[in-house]
Amino acid sequence: MSPPSSRDEILGKIRAARGRSGPVTGAERERLDARLKSRPRGIIPQKARNTGAALVQDFITRAQAVEATVQDISSLSEVPDAVAQYLADHNLPAAVKTAPHADLAQIDWSQRPTLTLSEGRSFGQDKVSLTRAFAGIAETGTLMLLAGPDAPTTLNFLPEHHIVILKRSEIVGAYEDAWDAVRDRLGPDGLLTRVVNMITGPSRTGDIEQTIELGAHGPLGLHILVLAD
Amino acid sequence: MQTTSQNFKANSIKALADPNLQQALGKMKVGFVEKRAKARDALPEFDALRDQARDIKNHTLANIDYYLETYEAAVQKSGGVVHWARNAAEARQVVLDICAQEKAKSVTKGKSMVSEEIALNEALEAAGYEVVETDLGEYIIQIRGEAPSHIIAPAVHVLKEQVADDFRRKHLHLDPKRSLVERKELISEARGVLRQKYLDSDVGITGANFLIAETGTSVIVTNEGNGDLTQTLPRVHIVIASMEKIVPTLDDASAILRVLARSATGQEFSSYTTFSTGPKRAADPDGPEAYHVILLDNGRTDMLGTEFEDMLRCIRCGACMNHCPVYGSVGGHAYGWVYPGPMGAVLTPSFIGVADGGHLPNASTFCGRCQDVCPMRIPLPKMMRAYRRKEYEAGLAPPAMRFGMDIWGFVAKRPGLYRLATRLAMGVLGWRGRRQGRFKTLPLASGWTDHRDMAAPSGKTFQDLWDKRHGARTTKDLKREAAQ
Repeated sequence: MSPPSSRDEILGKIRAARGRSGPVTGAERERLDARLKSRPRGIIPQKARNTGAALVQDFITRAQAVEATVQDISSLSEVPDAVAQYLADHNLPAAVKTAPHADLAQIDWSQRPTLTLSEGRSFGQDKVSLTRAFAGIAETGTLMLLAGPDAPTTLNFLPEHHIVILKRSEIVGAYEDAWDAVRDRLGPDGLLTRVVNMITGPSRTGDIEQTIELGAHGPLGLHILVLAD
Repeated sequence: MQTTSQNFKANSIKALADPNLQQALGKMKVGFVEKRAKARDALPEFDALRDQARDIKNHTLANIDYYLETYEAAVQKSGGVVHWARNAAEARQVVLDICAQEKAKSVTKGKSMVSEEIALNEALEAAGYEVVETDLGEYIIQIRGEAPSHIIAPAVHVLKEQVADDFRRKHLHLDPKRSLVERKELISEARGVLRQKYLDSDVGITGANFLIAETGTSVIVTNEGNGDLTQTLPRVHIVIASMEKIVPTLDDASAILRVLARSATGQEFSSYTTFSTGPKRAADPDGPEAYHVILLDNGRTDMLGTEFEDMLRCIRCGACMNHCPVYGSVGGHAYGWVYPGPMGAVLTPSFIGVADGGHLPNASTFCGRCQDVCPMRIPLPKMMRAYRRKEYEAGLAPPAMRFGMDIWGFVAKRPGLYRLATRLAMGVLGWRGRRQGRFKTLPLASGWTDHRDMAAPSGKTFQDLWDKRHGARTTKDLKREAAQ
């Protein structure tokens, strides 16, 4: 471990450079505390400011622009068909690992008896996962997923294909709008969930001769089911 | 890592003569520049967002002790541990201690330039750990035994065919007759090989693009997803971050993220932007049991309050090197240490000293493109000039250059002598070059004429031509002209 004096020395050098002998105090400190609490927003680009149907369309167009695929569904009962179709289209085995999420538990899969479903985290054997997003960010077609008991992080990265259910009403304009929604949902300890994933299209790399190829380490396919609500 | 920055000139000559490198650099040059221009043009607020990003970082740096302490308290509240490291040796020791305490055997790593800066892989390997880089570019250079040549595209200097050869040499458990012609085949092979490494590893090490004081959160921005697997699957996650990565709030990080990917790869947003706060919670189904952050100083506090403080705004996007004519000609390895290009020409002398790194700021045409494209508006040419001055003042500039500068300085301070000397030189050069219009060789100028012709001057000095056109000489003249 680093000696405790390292911390003191680093902070001391910062304060010396700032012409202070100790921490920021008084009115200046109150100003900094207030800035942390009020979290001033900066410029929100115009492209992140649509509302209603146009906002949803922005999200869909921009997600597709980064090679995600998007499908509208009108109720959860359409999920089994949508998933089965996706598996067939991509020549995938009829097995899906689902997140242990209350919304996903409502889905009636009985019409798809050949589909093998299992629930929980992944250890790398699953080809396809099905999870529930927290928000969609129209600005760049970005999904926001919060880790938690009902949302294993491994499902977002280990399978080759990631299918995500997002409600239309969960689509917001800017990143900052999504953070406000996250803050509204914080538990009593005020902690962020262990991980907040912003996912914009499937995994890709340009590391071989600067040419983009999909499916580097994370999913090769990202399929978003936009659910009317 | 061993520095060869002091050999920049020799490194460059070697780089210019390397056909593979030149081919790879040729492929790189257009891609990044065009993609960034397209991303900039698609966002009307881009320049205003750059100003805002600069202001956020300036505010943070002005109060960085406050924000670091706030961040530390928030990390501790989330169950994480913060370690402060004054220098590379301390940071390495923290990692080694954690690995020993966790009885680790293997370590996987996400891409981290700070881990290169502290030469972490060498230290871990010397202590007997298996270290696996998981970013595809980093993995390629690791098996080639090289250092990164670009901060976001570490294997930019390697051709596809070279990668195929390296994979055949390294992945001996695979069918020797397999096809490795297409990029997809190479990527799929790396994916398969590395997948098992994540699952087997005990400790995952990542860098951080941001640290957020408000929530005690570290942020990584990636495209491959390797960073996420690195920090999700092993029992222990160690974040190595230099202290200037701190920003106040999630909103501040989001504001700077708007200029990061656009400047780096020309993407509007990278595939994965991941915000991590502490270890796995009691009810979480996955994630690391332990979460450590190492806050590294390693020379940064020495830059605070100096003419080099602006450099601490750098978000490591690589735009400066993508647009640099010198980097585009010699590549990253010629710079001889961790950080290449214009940002490296400022960071290298800052971190390893002017004696070893002071030559890099000379590798500039001062075209100013680096500053034009910097999302954080860092005045890179100004700082390179400042390091040139320091190199000169420290007596480290080569004798021939010092001699030339001294003569020029002597003449330039005496206007009459300067006019006389330049008239004489221009007159002679103009007369000698009147037929050809250019020179194939010139005494004392072989550094130029060995590679291209020198255009012959008209025979008149600039000052004489200026006078002839009645150009203003003093501010008084200017005012008089303006009044007329």
